[in-house]
Amino acid sequence: MSLGSSMRPCGDFRTSYASDTTIFATPVTRYLVIALIIGLLFVPLIGNPYLLNLMIQIGYYGIAALGLNLVVGFTGQISLGHSAFFGFGAFASAWLNNSLGVPVFFAIPLAGCLTMLVGLLVGIPAGRIKGLYLAIATLASQFIFEDFFARADWFTGGSSGAMAEYLTVFGFSFDTDQTYFYIVLFYVVLMFTFTSNLIRSRDGRALVAVRDHYLSAEIMGINLTWYRIMSFGLSALYAGIGGALFGHYLGFVSTEGFTIILSIQFLAMIIIGGLGSIYGTLLGTIFMVLLPELMEWGVHLTSGVFPDIVQSLAYIKEMAIGLAIILFLIFEPEGLAHSWKRIKAYWKLYPFSY
Amino acid sequence: MNFDLLLQLVVNGIIVGTLYGVVAMCFVLIYKSTRVVNFAQGEFLLIGAWTCWWLLVKFELPFWFGFPLTLAFMVIFGIALQTIVLRPMIGEPIISVIMVTIGLSIFFQALMGLLFGHETKVYPQVFETSSIDVLGMQVQSAYVLSMAISISIMIAFYYFFKYSRMGLAMRATAFDQQVAQSLGISVKSVFAASWAISAVVSALAGIVIGLVNGVSSALSFFGIKVFPVVILGGLDSIVGSVVGGLIIGILENVAEFVDSQWLHIGNLYVIAPFYGLVIILMIKPYGLFGTKDIERI
Repeated sequence: MSLGSSMRPCGDFRTSYASDTTIFATPVTRYLVIALIIGLLFVPLIGNPYLLNLMIQIGYYGIAALGLNLVVGFTGQISLGHSAFFGFGAFASAWLNNSLGVPVFFAIPLAGCLTMLVGLLVGIPAGRIKGLYLAIATLASQFIFEDFFARADWFTGGSSGAMAEYLTVFGFSFDTDQTYFYIVLFYVVLMFTFTSNLIRSRDGRALVAVRDHYLSAEIMGINLTWYRIMSFGLSALYAGIGGALFGHYLGFVSTEGFTIILSIQFLAMIIIGGLGSIYGTLLGTIFMVLLPELMEWGVHLTSGVFPDIVQSLAYIKEMAIGLAIILFLIFEPEGLAHSWKRIKAYWKLYPFSY
Repeated sequence: MNFDLLLQLVVNGIIVGTLYGVVAMCFVLIYKSTRVVNFAQGEFLLIGAWTCWWLLVKFELPFWFGFPLTLAFMVIFGIALQTIVLRPMIGEPIISVIMVTIGLSIFFQALMGLLFGHETKVYPQVFETSSIDVLGMQVQSAYVLSMAISISIMIAFYYFFKYSRMGLAMRATAFDQQVAQSLGISVKSVFAASWAISAVVSALAGIVIGLVNGVSSALSFFGIKVFPVVILGGLDSIVGSVVGGLIIGILENVAEFVDSQWLHIGNLYVIAPFYGLVIILMIKPYGLFGTKDIERI
């Protein structure tokens, strides 16, 4: 049972399958989303660098988080090793560009495909084990990948890291925040549209069926092993593209950034946003990107009262992440997407709540 | 071949392995009775070790007084954690429960960093002699203590589950919550008790490790190392966790030995258990002693 249908207020009926599977619930939503994307096109012209930087972060983390939501939220598999894929994508793109001379423009999607192959490989245990055991297997893969990044000099540059060139098309270099924003926006729109359509397709419904009741799904003729492994591959594809965008944005990929903490942050994004919700993923990512900034702002505000607090900023940020996960799971387990739906339903029915 | 080194490493492995075994037992205890996978097990060690260090250094309490005080604190901590955070999660899907304990783990790790900093701090001297001669090898007395404590914890666990009323109630709850409840067992108090016991015993292990290596945030890595151990032993088997702990402890050190003698890859000590974990999961996902899940339609 998807969240959407259970939260629909009364009086909101669907009379055909076609109307039940539209991407946007109403034409108004569709126009609003299109208007939002067009509005975003103008942000680099007026926005300040700080805002742009945050939005680019939301972009590449959002793509990776969407991949994780596909495997956790839609297929019901647990992955604790998502940052390994994210890192692999970043290194793969830099490696393709530096060692094989592939232009960055092609290196980003190619890195995504390479990461997908790795994801399929890591997903093989998912064909055999599930739930908790799978979570622990992916945890192991996280550590194995971290070790690999630190060791594979030919691929990652070892301890010195890898340089990633800026993206260049026909001599035009996307080396500023203003220009790179468009690349990230393009990929965000592409990946989110792709996912929305994937979920409406046979494959997408199969993934949801595997999540809801895998035995029934198998009886209905869904190849469990294949869909479980495929969901891992797909999630790795997203993470790879997100990672590649991350690498070419910073211009440098260090081996130390892709730890279990980042994996947990990805999980936090989708849990706070809402498992199995596409726009929820984006809401969760926005929350998780803004949370450390908010903490930093709070710390600087109170640094007059507690002068020592600035040194412990890193700890305070981590504590905020941990606390956010716990509080959301206790008080709003279905995430921000659910809150948003509740607010919408409230206003739709106002002032008569039934 | 360097047999002396190998022997020394194997002994090391057995000592570390018993500690893994103890931590894994705490993990299994929680999993068995409450079906919660506790990713914050390592933080229990960390909190216990830091609390004891704080009492000993800041208040200059003697060890025999600070140590029981820490354990008493851990009892309250374990019960509070279960009631406030874990109780609302009963009946939620696995992913939520896992994430809540991961959230706890990040939170407490950062909190400990915030309170005590990231440097390794050493305990004040507890023993008069720093090493004892065992079978011709110099073994640190804290290691001997840790072995003794670990083994007595294991024996205590055995008797607790075999004969005590609470232990039997826990086993009954682990077997079937509804049946246990209908027989008059308070499932709530069993849940709270299992978290309290787990927290106390983990803290004990944390203090023992702290006595040997000093306290630092590295202690919480024990919580991660526990996963290869419990998967090897079987997630719901106390005996399995002891056996698994020993095997993983020895495996680590032998991997270290093989690496230093022949392979020269480096870092195998840390990573070998995880390769082992993946292999076990592929071959025998329920471990050596775990009960196999049988699903009925």
